[in-house]
Order: sequence, then structure tokens, then C-alpha cells
Amino acid sequence: MQPTINDPGKQRSTRPVITAEKLTKKFGHFIAANELTFEVEKGEIFGFLGANGAGKTTAMRMLCGLLTPSSGKATIAGFDVYTETEKIKRRIGYMSQKFSLYDDLTVAENIRFYGGIYGMESKQIKIKTTELLQELQLQDEARTLVRELPLGWKQKLSFSVSLVHNPDIVFLDEPTGGVDPVTRRQFWDLIYHAADKGVTIFVTTHYMDEAEYCNRVSIMVDGVIAALDSPTRLKQQFAGNTMEDVFYELARNAKRKDD
Amino acid sequence: MKQLITFIRKEFLHVFRDRKTLLMLFGLPIAQIVLFGFALSNEIKDSKVVVADYSKDAVTRQLINKIAASKYFDLEQSLQSADQLQAAFKKGTIKMAIIFPQNFATDLIHTNKATVQVIADASDPNQATTITNYVTQIITDYNAGLANDAGQPMQILPELQMLYNPELRGAPNFVPGVMALVLMLVCTMMTSVAIVKEKELGTMEILLVSPFKTIYIIIAKLAPNLIISVVNLFIILILSSVFLDLPVKGSVLLLVFDSILFIMTSLSIGLLLSINAKTQQAAMMGSLMGMMLPTMLLTGFLFPIENMPLPMQFLSNIVPSRWYFIIIKKVMLKGLGFSSVWKETLILAGMCLSLFAISLRRFKIRLQ
Amino acid sequence: MITLHNIKKTYNKGAVTAVKDISFSVNPGELFGLIGPDGAGKTTLFRILTTLLLADEGSATVNGFDVVKDYSQIRKGVGYMPGKFSLYQDLTIEENLNFFATVFGTTIQENYNLIKDIYQQIEPFKDRRAGKLSGGMKQKLALCCALIHKPAVLFLDEPTTGVDVVSRKEFWEMLKRLKEQGITILVSTPYMDEANLCDRIALIQKGAILSIDTPEGIIRSFPEKLYAIHSSNTYKLLQDVRSFSGTASCFAFGDALHVTFTNGSDKDLIPYLHSKDHPDVSMSTITPGIEDCFIHLLKE
Repeated sequence: MQPTINDPGKQRSTRPVITAEKLTKKFGHFIAANELTFEVEKGEIFGFLGANGAGKTTAMRMLCGLLTPSSGKATIAGFDVYTETEKIKRRIGYMSQKFSLYDDLTVAENIRFYGGIYGMESKQIKIKTTELLQELQLQDEARTLVRELPLGWKQKLSFSVSLVHNPDIVFLDEPTGGVDPVTRRQFWDLIYHAADKGVTIFVTTHYMDEAEYCNRVSIMVDGVIAALDSPTRLKQQFAGNTMEDVFYELARNAKRKDD
Repeated sequence: MKQLITFIRKEFLHVFRDRKTLLMLFGLPIAQIVLFGFALSNEIKDSKVVVADYSKDAVTRQLINKIAASKYFDLEQSLQSADQLQAAFKKGTIKMAIIFPQNFATDLIHTNKATVQVIADASDPNQATTITNYVTQIITDYNAGLANDAGQPMQILPELQMLYNPELRGAPNFVPGVMALVLMLVCTMMTSVAIVKEKELGTMEILLVSPFKTIYIIIAKLAPNLIISVVNLFIILILSSVFLDLPVKGSVLLLVFDSILFIMTSLSIGLLLSINAKTQQAAMMGSLMGMMLPTMLLTGFLFPIENMPLPMQFLSNIVPSRWYFIIIKKVMLKGLGFSSVWKETLILAGMCLSLFAISLRRFKIRLQ
Repeated sequence: MITLHNIKKTYNKGAVTAVKDISFSVNPGELFGLIGPDGAGKTTLFRILTTLLLADEGSATVNGFDVVKDYSQIRKGVGYMPGKFSLYQDLTIEENLNFFATVFGTTIQENYNLIKDIYQQIEPFKDRRAGKLSGGMKQKLALCCALIHKPAVLFLDEPTTGVDVVSRKEFWEMLKRLKEQGITILVSTPYMDEANLCDRIALIQKGAILSIDTPEGIIRSFPEKLYAIHSSNTYKLLQDVRSFSGTASCFAFGDALHVTFTNGSDKDLIPYLHSKDHPDVSMSTITPGIEDCFIHLLKE
């Protein structure tokens, strides 16, 4: 359990928000995720890296309560991933690059829908909607269909919607794919802001510079966690200048490349 | 509970924002009511009937008047010979012939009984049964009022003869119909889906940006379906001959030739459909809605075309399966030759060529 | 080899402008990169150049042929790899290659030396169906299929998107070797770091070209001095540097911030930051990267 270097001033809660102990998932003989063991603190920005096929998606699905592990233990926000998946789903948010919002609904309708799904009261939803639109400066677009928004705005909106019910943890699956550099950074501003308020961020990404924004990073190779530490320490350990060097060093000899 | 309502509300929004689905959801029931309520019916009206009166007496005249007065028949009186009547049945211009023999009156007076010949075209057994029932009913009614001078009842007995399908089996009607439907559907749907699949996958892009001529792409897409359909055709013919006792009475070669014409027409319709469809799903829906429905309704095997309102009769003229259906019935059931079907064959050939020409012209060599 | 003059393209009857007034040219044998995010107009340009779309305005030529009038000539002589790795999923590697070879009127043997380096990496799997290949292998196969007829020009639309880091590196090695064979290559990518591997690049965003030059040229034209600032608390640093009155621009780049200042204010930053409780802050000038230039050009 490393103390995070980047934010010495942040309050550390005593119990980690995500715990995993020898978490494993087998599909027949194929071991997609092999004895993953780690912990994530409240308010931490945790980067989850790995090549395609390394087991990232499988691991994330187990943590979201979408996939039952084959063996091992894990808790999310204190709830057991085997027996309390419904409670987990109420305390987490999720956003992926491929899909998050309904293209043929308006901005406001999307917010209202997700708020309702997460069990929020209509009054709460209305307040949250106004807040959200203001924060993203989308007040004029409340009635616009999502499909007519530029990609960058969609991403930012997706992220905010995943937070609409004030979850403890948010899982972001490659949230910034294909977006221009400025919008990407604006997106990370939102992430920082959320983390500052105590939301734990669990993010996967292909952009190595984004790995640097994280408090700690884990790199999966061939189904196991090959490295887990802060970016600074990882660069020291693997004698690299950037996270890209670190990643390349670890992924180079991987046997599994995106099956 | 609240979450459920939220979700249901969202589903409604999706439906209302999708105009094409909306059209189908509301348009279809309305269209069906209109069609089935007003345009399509199994009721037989204005069937073409020829009456040959060789007796020419008071009774026959009365009876003929009664039959003529009925809305079910479009009566024509003429003294046609047996050969002429046969030819008329073969051509399909008449559905029924009523023949009063020369000695009708004398038989009635002397024996209190007389027969009248009723010959019906039973290639559509439902139609035949219905119209012969109508006639029989009229005659029976007339019988009730007949009595000789002595007050004894007199009877006119209709002698029924069902042509082409004496056992009144359903197969002779529905097998040609099914042939037309199946070939049309398979060719249209398979072709349009195969081409659109290429578009969806993105491989069409690469094929276009290559020296491979577009015409070859089209031929390659059509060829398998042509061959498979011809095989299908033979399977249907063999099955109906062996299991349904419905052999091809006429020339198999002629049937195959016309079938290939029909298959190619269907293929080019499939080609046309593929041009505007962006997804395989749209291509399939287009084939089903755009082709299956008109084919089923306007071919003439479920609902007789003569009974439809005029606008729909006009419409049925542009449905290729309507002409193919006529050809199959004439060649397969009535055993007729090219001289009887040259008109329909010409129409089919014309449709085939023009559809091909149109779809080739419009086939996009670019992405937009 | 490739020229574009004032190319404009809109969709939805003018409602959406994909590209506006694009002009540039690619020299024979050049490895030219089109760098920009999604929606910038890269795919539209590719489709216009490969004659799959007609531009609303402007003209373009490929290998001397006009994209509108001589499209069939162009289609015979270019290799094209569209964005979605378009191969037949249910055919094997070998079947796919054979098919495309035939479509292009050649055989695998005829130009085998051209694709040898690449094909040898996937040859052990030649009986595997394309649908079951990894992203990296699909990419190699698609490249082989695009090269099989020895085209003079190669159009690659985002060939490295969605592919793992290692395969990406390998792919660019392959491109360099192809360049040595004299093939002109126009490639698009959203990854700024790949820009450095091209001879010349065009930065494109929202349908307009921001800049065209060699990578070094673009870097040289960055107007101000660029600084990298480190501290242990990056997020707090970000907020503080932004609130500093002398900051002209400030963007996060990994574990550092890239900052430009208004005249002379750079000297005042460190004392300011010390006062904001950043005891271990460090600052140094750095050479801008392509991404810095892109961001800078976006602002204008």
C-alpha cells in the first residue's frame, strides 16, 4: 500500500474503496485474469493499462459486478462482488468510449433517464440537470439530440452523466479515444475535479501521457499484473523517460496480443 | 418501480423518434384494414361465363335471365362449339360454361327432368366451387317454382364438370403461387442483402477502388442466386410431381425458360433495392415489405384479381409474379405451349430487361 | 504525385461541412501524414482522393489523373486501406490475399518481394480466418492486400487506430521500408507522436488545414518559448499556474505542464509557486512537440 505522492494533502480514508485478492477468471482452460491482487484508495485516480487481450476488460467487468469471478475475493465500496452485485451497481458509475448516451434522445432526456435508472428522485434529477448543464456550459443544448453534439462534448457529457447519482467509484473505459488534444485535457480537468471531491476514478486508456495523470498505474500483461506503482516510481524502476517506454518494455514480450 | 417507468418512457421516446418504424407500426394496420376490407375479397363477382343455349325454349330463356341477373356472373351468350369452348378455357377468358342441350325442353316435358351441363375452370378450386355453387343455387331455386300442368314437380339437374382439377385439390392452385412467391422472395432478399453486406463490412470500398469492373461485381453477386434458384425450382417441381401428384403437363423446357426469366427479374429487383439500403436490416425489410406483400396480395393466387377494384388491378399488372403465375398455371396445369403464353413471356422479358437496365445505370460506382 | 486544390465537401445538403478549401500536394516517394482527431475530415479527403466521393468544389489529381474524369485510371493504380480493416472475416488470410490479388489482376507470387517482410509475420497463421485475427495481424494482412499489385500510391486511413502500442511501432517500421521502394504513402492518424515519423505532415482539424510542413518545420514555427514545469502535486500545480496572471497558456502533458508566458513573466512564476506551497517545483525550457504545436494552432 503505497502512499500517493501526488496528493499529500488529501485525506486518506482507512478502508480502501476497491480491494482485490487473487481475483481470477477462467473461460474453460483460458485464464483471462490471473490472481489479480491490489487495492485502490478513495479519491485515487487509478490507471489500468494493458494491451488489448491482456485481460483488462475482463478485470473491469468483474469489478463492476458484471462478471462473476472464477476464484479469489474482491470488494467494491465495501460490498462483495459475489453476493452483493446489486448494491455495487448503485454505488458505481460507468462510461465507455463505445457507448454511453442515447443518440436519439436529447441531452436533458439522457440525464433524466440515467438519473431515474440510478433511483434518483425527480426533484433531485432536476437540480442535478441544471447543475450539470451549467458546469459543462451546455445550457443552450438541453433540448439538442445527442447525435448532433460534437464528439468532445459527448464525451464530457457522458462522464458527467456517469456521476449523476454521486457514486463512490467511476469506471472509465478508454474515455478519450479519437478526441482532439485540447478536449482531452478538458476531459481530464473534469476527472481531476471529481477526484478532488472524493470520487475514485478507475480509468483505462491507450494514451500513455494520460497514464501520467494517474496517482498509480497498473499494467496488465498476459492476464497478470506485471507492474503496479506510481508513474514516477515505474519510470525509475524500468529506466524509462515516459510511461510509453515503461509500457513498451513490459508489453514487448507479451505472448497474448489481442485475441 | 420508478426505474421501470423511466425505462419505459425512454423506450417510447426511441420509438417515436424513429420515423420509419412509426410508419410501419401505424401505417400497416390501417393499410391492412383498407386492403382487406375494401379491395381484397374472396367473394366472386363478375366471373366470365358463357351460355350456349341449343334448346332456345321458354324455360331456358327464363333460367338464363335469372343467371344473367345475378351479380356474380358476367354473362355472354353465344353458340360456341365444344372446341371453341375448350380454347376459351385454355386461354383463361372464361371461368365457366353453361350448356343447354338441344333436347332440353323435350326432356323436361316428357320426363319431368332435364340436364344442363356446367363446366368450370377448376385450376382455382375455390373459385370454381363458389361459382358452381352459385349456379346450382339459382337452378335449385328455379326448380322450386317449376311444376308441369298436372302439378308434378319438374327438375333441372346440373351436370358439373371441373376442368383441369377434377378432384378440386388445393395443390394446383397454391403450388404455382408458392413457386412465384418463393423464387421472388429468395432472389430479391438474398441479392439485396449480399450486396448491402459488402457495403456494411467496408469491403465494397476496396472493390470499387480497384481495376475490377463494377459490372463483374454485380454478376458475381447475382450468379450464385441464379444457380441456387434454378436448383430450387427443380426441387419444387420434383416434389410437387412426386408427393403432390402435380406433374408438369406441358413443356418442362418452356417452364424452365420462363422461370429463369422470372428469376432474373427478381434478381434485378434485389439489385435495385440494394442501391438505397444502407444496412442489411434495411435491405431485408425492403424485400419483405416492398416485395413480399405485393407479391402475396397481387399475384392472384390468394385473391382473384378480377374481383379487385380497378386501381388495384392496374397495380397488379406491374407485379412480375402475376404474369409468372399465369404462365405456370397454363404450362403446368393446362399443358399449354408457347403460343398460349407468348404474351406473358414477352411482358416478363420486358420487365426483366428494363429493370436490369435501370439498376445497372443506378448502381453506384461511388459511395454517395 | 497527389495534388488538391480548394477542395470542399459538405454533407446533408450543405448542413455539415466536412472539409473546406483544402489545398496541398504530396511529392513522389514521400511519406505524408494527415494528423488530426475524429471528425477533422481525414476520411472524407481519403475518399475524395480514391475517387469514392465527389467534392462539392475544387479539383484533385492522383498520379497525374483527375479524380473525377479519370477515376478508373486511378482505381487501377492505387492501394487503399480504409478505416475499418475491410477484409472478409470468414475467409482465411491466404484466401483473402488470393482474392485481392485476383481482383487486381495479379498473383501473390508476382509482387511477393514487396510484401515479404510483412507477410512473413502472419504466414504461420495463413489458414486462420480473418475474423479471428488480432488487431495487429489484421492490420498487416490489410496492408499486404493493399500492396499486392505494387501500387504507385498507397492510401492508409487510420491504420493504427485501436491497435496495441507494439504493433503500432512495427507498422511504422514497415511503412518506412515501403517508402524506400519508392511508393508514395499518404497516411492519416490521430496520434500526434506518429507525426514525427513522416517526411511531411498536415495538421487538420474541423475540415481545415492548420499547418503543413516537415515535422521539424512545424516545431520551428512555434512562436513562443515553451517551458515544462514539474511539481509533486500536478493537479494543484495546474490550478495555480492557470491562476498566475502571466500565464499565456498552460496544458498538462504527462507529469509536467507545458506553459507559455506573456512577456517576461516567466521569471516571476517560481517565486509565485513557492508561495503557493510547491516546494519542489522545477522549470525548464523545452522544444515543443507536434502536440504542443497542434494545440497552439487550435487556439487561433
